[in-house]
Amino acid sequence: MAKYAFYFDGTRCTGCKTCEMACKDFKDLSVDAAYRKVYETAFGATTRDSDGCIVNSCVSYTISMSCNHCDDPACTKACPTGAMHKDEETGLVSVDSSRCVGCGYCHMACPYNAPKIDRSKGHSVKCDGCADRVAAGEKPVCVESCPARALDFGTIEDMAAMGQRANIAPLPEPTHTNPNLYIKASSDAIPSGSVDAQVVNPLEVM
Amino acid sequence: MADNNLSSLSRRTFVGAAGALGALAAVSGSATEQLFGSSVPVAHAATQEKTTWGHCAINCPGRCSLKFHVVDDEVAWVDTYTSKDASFDDPQPRACLRGRTYRRWLASPDRLSYPMKRVGARGEGKFERISWEEAIETACSKLKEVIDKYGNEAVYVPYATGVSASTARPFNRLLNLLGGYLNFYNSYSTAQISCITPYMYGSKGNGGSSFNEAENAKLVLIFGSSPTETRQGGLTTHYDWVHLRERTGAKIYMIDPRMNDSIQGHSDQWLPINPGTDAALVAGIAHYLIEKNYVDLDFLHTYCVGYDEETMPEEYKGMNMSYYDYIMGKGYDKVEKTPDWAAKITGISAKRIEELAEEIGTTKPLYVNQGWGPQRRSNGEWSSWAIMALPCLVGQIGLAGTNNGTREARSATNLESLPAGTNPVKTSIPCFTFTEAIGHVEDMTKEKMGVKGADKLSVGIKYMINYAGNCLTNQHSDINRAHDILADESACEFILGIDTVMCDSLKYADIILPDLFRFEQYSQISTGSDWGYIITGTPATSPKFERKTAYEMCELMADWFGVKDKFTEGKTEEEWVKSLYEKSREKTPSLPTWDEMVEMGVYIEKKPNVISMKKYVDDPVTNKLDTPSGKIEIFSSKILSFTKDWEVKEDDTLPGVKTLMPIPAYIPEWYGVETTTEKYPLVLTGYHCRAHLHSSWGFLDDLKAVNPNEAWINPADAEARKISAGDTVHVTNEFGTIELLAKVTPRVIPGVVAVPQGSWHNADMSTSDRLDKGGCINTLTTQRPSPLAKGNPQHTNICEVVKA
Repeated sequence: MAKYAFYFDGTRCTGCKTCEMACKDFKDLSVDAAYRKVYETAFGATTRDSDGCIVNSCVSYTISMSCNHCDDPACTKACPTGAMHKDEETGLVSVDSSRCVGCGYCHMACPYNAPKIDRSKGHSVKCDGCADRVAAGEKPVCVESCPARALDFGTIEDMAAMGQRANIAPLPEPTHTNPNLYIKASSDAIPSGSVDAQVVNPLEVM
Repeated sequence: MADNNLSSLSRRTFVGAAGALGALAAVSGSATEQLFGSSVPVAHAATQEKTTWGHCAINCPGRCSLKFHVVDDEVAWVDTYTSKDASFDDPQPRACLRGRTYRRWLASPDRLSYPMKRVGARGEGKFERISWEEAIETACSKLKEVIDKYGNEAVYVPYATGVSASTARPFNRLLNLLGGYLNFYNSYSTAQISCITPYMYGSKGNGGSSFNEAENAKLVLIFGSSPTETRQGGLTTHYDWVHLRERTGAKIYMIDPRMNDSIQGHSDQWLPINPGTDAALVAGIAHYLIEKNYVDLDFLHTYCVGYDEETMPEEYKGMNMSYYDYIMGKGYDKVEKTPDWAAKITGISAKRIEELAEEIGTTKPLYVNQGWGPQRRSNGEWSSWAIMALPCLVGQIGLAGTNNGTREARSATNLESLPAGTNPVKTSIPCFTFTEAIGHVEDMTKEKMGVKGADKLSVGIKYMINYAGNCLTNQHSDINRAHDILADESACEFILGIDTVMCDSLKYADIILPDLFRFEQYSQISTGSDWGYIITGTPATSPKFERKTAYEMCELMADWFGVKDKFTEGKTEEEWVKSLYEKSREKTPSLPTWDEMVEMGVYIEKKPNVISMKKYVDDPVTNKLDTPSGKIEIFSSKILSFTKDWEVKEDDTLPGVKTLMPIPAYIPEWYGVETTTEKYPLVLTGYHCRAHLHSSWGFLDDLKAVNPNEAWINPADAEARKISAGDTVHVTNEFGTIELLAKVTPRVIPGVVAVPQGSWHNADMSTSDRLDKGGCINTLTTQRPSPLAKGNPQHTNICEVVKA
């Protein structure tokens, strides 16, 4: 069976968060839990010159991201119980809740803010790539929900053919975990590692 | 507002509430999971799932398609019309983030479930459960009393945006059977532009070109619009905009004080401007076009009047009253509208204005479009008019790839609506003036408040049926003033409120009736933009508790008045929906059968590109406009004649001018960049955010979590006030104070604060400061209506911001 990846089109995304809410509804998540999030970055300045005229170098763009089901997941390596595991066939990374002790190492290890500990459930929770839907021939619910058609999901080969491996800021360099997220970057996007592009909507995504 | 704890609303809880079998399943499910893991199947009967189609009914023309997955008469999750292999070009009315939260609203603990009567003061929010019999008896006997005592003009159905569908206006139909009600005109969405457009383009065929037509343009100018935020879901402008942006070869400029979400990822398209100054930008551009001979005089002299002396109406010739004379400093304020002049007002440098004007003068086709932001202002009639005048100056109307400067066309599929009947009352008021019609009826005259159908109101509003509306306070202006007017039970004597949750306006109701969603009943709706579509919905679940449909409520009231048969014409609502559809099919025989519509849920049809005013431009003699001149009016004599007896306030027009301006001039706002004060040095403008559509969804914690209520403030302004991102701030002006969080961002220009409209007002009205902890912008907006339309100038505000 093929291994899977997500695709994100930064030229189309309008930051609407439909993907996030569709996931929350389908997965029946509580208010403070989200498996997919939309990160906003903004940098540059909007100021006025001595005549009061607006001078503008402001740039802003969004990235919709869930778990990237990495080739070298930091979460599985950090997991002391083996609860966090990568499916050998599909490559999807998920939590075996019966083995998870809720220690939170996966959360701390992941450079993409994917796993979280749900204290009411007592274990780690995260995007499982809608493994059941995928097994039934569907795509993850977030992908099929996007009004702007900015998301896709498919074999790594197909997704890699459309974009580059998650190499735009504020995401970390993809070499750390080899994420299975391929991105068509908007003209605003700057490379990973650029310190200018910080996540500016922490209230919405942390 | 009650705590909306969704973890208590899991699917398992739904099953548990659904009866004995469900309860067994729930108990065995949770117990067995604890003991043996999750592999033991729950009772099979509990997992039978069905799907139904439904539609969003809130007043965003987006109309999300909703596919409900239902288990044991409870919605398990909400999907949409979608498919895994859809290409970018495949039309699919996919739901927006709000549509995706309907399960949470539907099953919210805040949902109204029983009729109630008010037991506290108006606005206090104290209610007691009563029976349907008592509710209907009270509502009807009071209605009869008001009609008998004051006449039908004292009855009013306020502007509301909560429910749209082919049968969504049953209360108007009911009231027409009882002698009618006071009409309103205008809307809170488009008062100023809807007023001015007929003066300029006539009343028919004055709409814009479709977005897909802009694919044929070379230059696209969008003034004050964020298509992806204002109409997020369904197959309308969110998708159309993304599609256009990718398909067009045109250069795009989005002119906005805020780098709105439609610009993100394409930041070079942002042309920031001071709010409320669009007409000054157009004037500065016009000056450059004139100087450089880029003006299309053939077009202006053939198709328009009032650009220059040559086409001025006879009686206004030789008086320096043309647009040209205004621009060149020969008339009105006698100020030449050079790019330098415009730069000081708009905050766009003269060099930038000249560059833009050069592009406009040399690039064809030019597609000029405006949202409804520029017009929702104290100078909105003239701002929107000026934007419409821009394409006229360069002859870019009626041709492929052009637009007449109005908002993009929406091509909806034809669908008949429940007939409202005929209203015997002919008097009509601008919807924005209803608080005056309650509290200051002496001011409700033709000249002062734009009363139509009569010289003045003969009686104030004494009875209101507020159906699915939050415009009594939250979405109206100056909430504190609105409260004082509504709280007086001797003014408006009775308010009947109908809704699904306790919004702020509902707290003023005397009797509340609990509504069902349109997807809890048979319902049909039509909409469209580049594509047209109809959604046909069937009940996802059975009615819960004592909730009823609006149609059923009207049936009960009609029965009380002895007009039930006239109201129903023997039909249930389902039969009405069906018969209205059949009537639509008679007009459009290509539509599928009713049964096919129910089966497919979503019917989509390709609509041809719309080129605005092509008919007129192709043949201006045969297809003349219904303006006084039959042509496009850049000078409107009708404005002068219509308002000749009106009292014109000094700040409604230009210095030295005694009339309202008959040309699309720039007029400084009452509260704007030129009229900030030492006390309120910042300009405050509203915008549409993701979390709510007007105030609908405004209480849902899930949406607030991903879209916190934030005032956008530029880093320079924030630093000067020691405000950091995420701080709680108070935004204050002469009308009140709101509390919300600060978003410190270069996406808004210095000197301007942007606050989303529609957040839920939340203040203790018995305190002296009435601090609005809900952060509703309308705590800070004025009730003074705009000069000509008498519409809501809700983006015209000044304020100060302090760290709370």
